Amino acid sequence: MSNTTTVTLEVLRYDPERDQEPRFQSFEVPYDEDWVVLDALNWIKDNADSSLTYRWSCHMAVCGSCGMVVNGEEKLTCKAFLRDYLGRGPIRVEPLRNFPIERDLVVDMEGFMAKLESVKPWIIREEEKPVEDGEYIQLPKQLKRFKHHTLCINCLLCYSACPQVGLNPGFIGPAALALAHRYNLDSRDQGRHERQEVTGSADGVWECTFVSACSEVCPKHVEPGGAIQEQKIANSVDWFLDHLIPGRSNAGRTKE
Amino acid sequence: MSRRPYTPKMTYGWWLDRPFYTRYMIRELSSAFVTAYSGLLIIGLWRLAEGEAAWNGYVSALSHPAALVFQGVALLFALYHTVTWFAVTPRTTPVIVGEDFLPPQPVIIAQYAAWIFASAVIIGAALWF
Repeated sequence: MSNTTTVTLEVLRYDPERDQEPRFQSFEVPYDEDWVVLDALNWIKDNADSSLTYRWSCHMAVCGSCGMVVNGEEKLTCKAFLRDYLGRGPIRVEPLRNFPIERDLVVDMEGFMAKLESVKPWIIREEEKPVEDGEYIQLPKQLKRFKHHTLCINCLLCYSACPQVGLNPGFIGPAALALAHRYNLDSRDQGRHERQEVTGSADGVWECTFVSACSEVCPKHVEPGGAIQEQKIANSVDWFLDHLIPGRSNAGRTKE
Repeated sequence: MSRRPYTPKMTYGWWLDRPFYTRYMIRELSSAFVTAYSGLLIIGLWRLAEGEAAWNGYVSALSHPAALVFQGVALLFALYHTVTWFAVTPRTTPVIVGEDFLPPQPVIIAQYAAWIFASAVIIGAALWF
């Protein structure tokens, strides 16, 4: 048992109507061994400053809303226990990096939503078959191949940790490219080459330099870093085959 | 209430913020030394094709203390490059065996085994001929 009664949170504040740039504000928060950083933020909002703005919803690492940077590391604040930060000075809470800060700990996600949509994250068929023809059969082993890529909760920790996103804001980024790969690998899908127009572009997989920080911070083990490298390999194979086989790049490429 | 999002700027020293980033940048830097040493080997082939005198001059130049220091540094960076790439390779090669993915260790061990085998073959061939 710890004798600690309070902890200090240094929270990044930004009021677009008042501040020219963000600043830190310290709060003394009661310590509870079972509290996470999100509980401390909720205590601040309820007891110290109701204007503190942040996103959260489920408090159980499912909704992906409460991603922030805690002591310099991307975390879901509902999983970041205060007890793990004791004895290391104040706990510094910042919004996700590589995004415009809307207010306090809330970032602007509009750019990400556009990137996500651009990779067409849905099953694409060359021809839809009628409902009466039945469902598309998928074996457990075929599902296993991509299931870990389906577990993304769009928490954006990967975008915050990726220096390439920071250096090139146009980079489609880890979560969206992992989702594209998830559909490319789906045995029911036939849209890999359609998605490749975006994922294989200059802002696609080739912008990634395999830092792999995305995979390191991912709370759901989606492995976006690996998904991007696999797409590089697939794109390279396509490039060689397109140059070796006349007419391949224009027509006749079906599901592979 | 009006919107006025603040866009933070990335600093030039971003790669010093976290040890993970610093290790990544050293891996990137190691590519320059691997490239430079590869260039040195290609120059060696070129000098060899020019005859015995040219080759002896090349070997003599490589024995210069500055060249030895470069080769030592290049070796360290090449080792770092190799070890760090071996470590991340399992991310790029998911292999399903039976019902589940192969864990990373066999993939990493296989790379070291291939490295040792290839080195043994090259050293053996060099000693034999």
